[in-house]
Amino acid sequence: MTVTDLACARGGMPVLEGVCFAVRPGTALLLRGPNGIGKTTLLRTLAGLQPALAGAVSAPPESIAYAAHADGLKAVLSVAENLRFWARIFGTSGIEGALAAFDLGDLADRQAQNLSAGQKRRLGLARLLVTGRPIWVLDEPTVSLDAASVALFGAAVRAHLAAGGMALIATHIDLGFTAEVLDVSRFRAAPQRLDDFDEAFA
Amino acid sequence: MIALFARDMVLAMRAGGGFGLGLAFFLIVTVLVPFGVGPESGVLSVIAPGILWVGALLSCLLSLDRIFALDFEDGSLDLLATAPIPLEGVVAMKAAAHWVTTGLPLVLAAPVLGLLLNLQGAGYGWLVLSLALGTPALSVIGSFGAALTVGLKRGGLLLSLLVLPLYVPTLIFGAETVKRGAAGLAAGTPALMLAGITLASVALLPFAAAAAIRVNLR
Repeated sequence: MTVTDLACARGGMPVLEGVCFAVRPGTALLLRGPNGIGKTTLLRTLAGLQPALAGAVSAPPESIAYAAHADGLKAVLSVAENLRFWARIFGTSGIEGALAAFDLGDLADRQAQNLSAGQKRRLGLARLLVTGRPIWVLDEPTVSLDAASVALFGAAVRAHLAAGGMALIATHIDLGFTAEVLDVSRFRAAPQRLDDFDEAFA
Repeated sequence: MIALFARDMVLAMRAGGGFGLGLAFFLIVTVLVPFGVGPESGVLSVIAPGILWVGALLSCLLSLDRIFALDFEDGSLDLLATAPIPLEGVVAMKAAAHWVTTGLPLVLAAPVLGLLLNLQGAGYGWLVLSLALGTPALSVIGSFGAALTVGLKRGGLLLSLLVLPLYVPTLIFGAETVKRGAAGLAAGTPALMLAGITLASVALLPFAAAAAIRVNLR
């Protein structure tokens, strides 16, 4: 995946410009930078949830699996039902591997509303495994995870990379594998208001 | 896409899913009207087609803001937007699930409630037919309104105001079909108009709704 000269905006304000990087298969890139610098905006732009102001993202179509602060879980569905739903949406089958990778096997029949915050997060991350997509775009994936769960997550990312996958992770903690680090703050955009048609609604 | 439909059905059936809410409201409206209007069966049978259709329409309106708001809040909508199924398909499936959980029960319950309003004998068939033809349009138009207001806090009020004028043609032709049917006149023309409105909504509005969601997710 290559990103060239990308600029993105949030709420009508450009936050990042001139972002250039490349992620090769089998490697991960960690994004760092202070709060509010635009890491989430950058990741949402890469995932295709918002258009870029300028620049280009070149990635194979339908290759990005996105995970953000909200896990997209349905409270009244069980752990297995939640995962099976996403597996069917992404056209894959078999959720056992994902359950095992995040130690959710014992919780498979429990409703998501009865999980702890960390368990919900693990379920949200297990969803990445059932998407079968090569590029993981993750926004603060380790929020509310304990040390053991962070280790599980690190192992899952390592296995994904070893299988030729890619990962782009905004995080501030050590995930237990070596990866390139990109400090986003050097791409900070000059403060200026966009002359946007929906400025009044921003 | 079938998976999405199946999930929405399961969510609606489980506790807190809101299944039956529209039906209960429809029941309340049609039970209360005879008490309010009085027992003259002549008056009731005149207003029955209109009351039944207005009741069905308001029942549909009641659950519209849940179509996308819940998925938006828990992040599912972001994930569905990045999933391999097109957003237009997501809208169509969610509208279909809304119709099956809200519109279809209304269609099935309407003849029983027509009895309470002293609907004339020939009108029952037309009542069921017109609701079956018209309620899908209510769900699809409602999905479009829900897509426009997704992400807004307290968007329900705006949603109702946006959607009500779009519901007017469906209401007019739906009630007219039943009125003519109950009076023994030919009701084919308004029924065909109703079917036309539904088909046009189903064909066009998922695209508009998907575009609105894309803007609202930014």
